[in-house]
Amino acid sequence: MLNKMWFGMVVAAFLCAVMTGHIEELSSAAATGADKSIQLLLSMAGVMCLWSGMMKIAEQSGLTRGMAQVLSPLLCRLMPDYAKESRAMQAVCANVTANIFGLGNAATPLGILAMKEMQKENRSLRTPNRSMTMFVVLNTASVQLMPTTIAALRQAAGSETPYAILVPVWLSSIGALTVGILLVTCLTSRMGVIRTKTGTKKVRSRTT
Amino acid sequence: MERIGTYAVPLIVVGIVVFGMCRKTAVFDCFTAGVKEGLSSLLAMAPSLIGLVVGVTMLEASGFFTLAAQVLSPICQWFGIPSEVVPLGLMRPITGSGSFAMLNSLLEQHGADSFIGKAASVMAGSTETTFYAITVYYGAVGLKKTGYTVPAALAADMTGMLLAVWTVRLLGV
Repeated sequence: MLNKMWFGMVVAAFLCAVMTGHIEELSSAAATGADKSIQLLLSMAGVMCLWSGMMKIAEQSGLTRGMAQVLSPLLCRLMPDYAKESRAMQAVCANVTANIFGLGNAATPLGILAMKEMQKENRSLRTPNRSMTMFVVLNTASVQLMPTTIAALRQAAGSETPYAILVPVWLSSIGALTVGILLVTCLTSRMGVIRTKTGTKKVRSRTT
Repeated sequence: MERIGTYAVPLIVVGIVVFGMCRKTAVFDCFTAGVKEGLSSLLAMAPSLIGLVVGVTMLEASGFFTLAAQVLSPICQWFGIPSEVVPLGLMRPITGSGSFAMLNSLLEQHGADSFIGKAASVMAGSTETTFYAITVYYGAVGLKKTGYTVPAALAADMTGMLLAVWTVRLLGV
């Protein structure tokens, strides 16, 4: 997808520059852009490192594990196909917490583990069940305690209040998440949930 | 509201360090280990970020964004969002690096503390790279169909973007 998109950007820039008579600006833009990107990376590096250092302390000290426990009842209600003690749910809780703390390096492997565990109980080899859908949507609309990259970019751009956006970011991401959760709940409500004797719940999906 | 943001940062930093100390964590060692990870993720991000900053700079110089903003402004006015942030909104679900490049160009052009700068920052910060997450997670278990994931995720993204502009305006940050 990025290959086509990048191609599109370059071609669109050329066509647009010819049409609007900005070809002179364009001739220096590629080099300026490359130059700018390195400056950007350098000026972002400090803030990015600061927050990944802080979040590492949160991870190692058990703060994230505590958070995972707090979130677990809520997540179990959102993903009713799996029992609280199941390995799938444990991976789900760890993944969601890692996302909240912005631990990108930890979140993705945990998420993949959660998906693999969930797939074991999935009736279909092609279509996700409703808990899996819910889980992926949670990951696409992730709520983050500290939007690290954004703060770094704002700092790099010389903002006087790089963190002024914190509250709006929390509110909008929680709002987006709520809409995502409600939609998944409504759209997948036709898929039933059944429990097995062992306590692990199994899914009966009608849309295979 | 700006106050909360300003207080949140030192509180988060102190809170994490104090909690870590109470739990007898080697806080400084952990911090440096985290910094190392931060550097390596920055390095991992660098190639695509460089490529996309080049792309966005070229588009910007060509007048593409000015043109797009003019075309889109009637629809945007109806929703109460500045048309300058629409290209960012379109790019956010597809590419993280691309939207950071886009955000950077908006911050440079309009100023990080302007309304557009803040709205764009919130927009970029309130959602994840939707299609990346979908590809990675379903790809990992070999599921070919995504069911209701894409419509639900995109509706959530849309909500996040509208809320981004509205919250910045209403809270007056």
